Amino acid sequence: MGTVVIVGAGLGGLRAAEALRTNGFTGTITIVGDEEHLPYNRPPLSKEALYGGVDVAGLEFRRKASIDDVEWRLGHGAVASDLAARTVTLADGTVLPFDGLVVASGIRPRRLQIPGPQDGRQVLRTAADARAVRDQLGPGTHVLIMGAGFIGCETAATARSLGAEVAIVAIDEQPMIRPLGAELGAGMRRRHEENGVRFHLGSTIDAFAGDGRVQAAQLSDGTELPADLVIEAVGSVTNAEWLDGNGLDLSDGLLTDSAMQVGTDLAPVVAVGDIARHPNALFGSVPRRIEHWNMPTETGRRAGATLAALLAGDQPDRGPFTAMPSFWSDQYHHKLQSFGMPGVADRIELVEGSVDGPCIVEYHDASGLVGVVGVDRTQDLAPYRKQLAARAG
Amino acid sequence: MTVKVFVDMDKCQHYGQCCFEAADVFELDAEGKLQYVAEADDSRRDDIESAADVCPMQAITVE
Repeated sequence: MGTVVIVGAGLGGLRAAEALRTNGFTGTITIVGDEEHLPYNRPPLSKEALYGGVDVAGLEFRRKASIDDVEWRLGHGAVASDLAARTVTLADGTVLPFDGLVVASGIRPRRLQIPGPQDGRQVLRTAADARAVRDQLGPGTHVLIMGAGFIGCETAATARSLGAEVAIVAIDEQPMIRPLGAELGAGMRRRHEENGVRFHLGSTIDAFAGDGRVQAAQLSDGTELPADLVIEAVGSVTNAEWLDGNGLDLSDGLLTDSAMQVGTDLAPVVAVGDIARHPNALFGSVPRRIEHWNMPTETGRRAGATLAALLAGDQPDRGPFTAMPSFWSDQYHHKLQSFGMPGVADRIELVEGSVDGPCIVEYHDASGLVGVVGVDRTQDLAPYRKQLAARAG
Repeated sequence: MTVKVFVDMDKCQHYGQCCFEAADVFELDAEGKLQYVAEADDSRRDDIESAADVCPMQAITVE
């Protein structure tokens, strides 16, 4: 049966391992992770973990008994690979041979080059990041959040609940504008403002000021803001460098087909999760990376089945991939939930309620309904999800 | 054989993702609160385990 190496010990790597076993692969599985931890759930890092302390063991995913025998190599990520030789090289110099490879190395926060002191600049991706934020966050702390996406907005809500003074600086005209659109984004901004968050939208940070550590930020509009702690949530970059030199399409993550297989003759390779740019037949033929929490599970299941088939000498299912993208977010006592791809819409329609209260918003393009977002209406979204799923035809 | 289902309601945030995997076991009521059946036929095990997998809060235990 051979050996599968899975690079990435997050949710996608875990689900791919489980799917390999479910689909009959009985060979050796080695899972490589750059963090010291077994796969754990990241969304609580911007919420519950900042209130109650970061208990990584408590955040670990349940692991199915079928993968009790996998070898975990944690603490040293992959730094290089040679698909022709079928090897992966880890940061500690270990060279792992494989017969099949799962790329599950995910993303990391994008960092901006900004002059001034760097101490006090923090991202929020790992449990270690959350601990660092938690240690610096308290009543009266001046928190400056860069970026008005979901992580920035959730962290703002949590920091306010902990009594911090919170400002959000973002280039966008409204928070979460890409997935939600301007109108609902503005409604979410007002919810944050009611809770005391100050927005500086259409702005960037020119420089940080402070004596050895950030104490203030100079904005592009001339404003100077106090900042004891800067939390940077300005998007992500894929962890793909270790795949360089193999002739792969790494233009935006790693390109796959509908079976999550990577286009190379050198070795059986599949990709899962945030790094996988894959087609979804519900939304046309354009391959996309979808950084939603449910996608590592969906793509992991498909990729594990594909790789198990390839290693058994069988043809994998190359039929359409039709997993339903979904995101959700908790901010204060408000719950956002989405199905589909609202971000690709060119027409947005409020169909129930008001953007300042419980509401349902539809997102359309020329092909029809492509997404739905509900605020505090989770129980009423099932018919919309059904309509979106019917796009599979 | 039956499957025992337990949802930690301290963790559950009522996102209802489980309902799409096993609609006969998990349901959001009119107020948006999760309701579920604590015991199901073993033939439902795969879907119930899928429901546990997709729970954003990892609040579902299956035995």
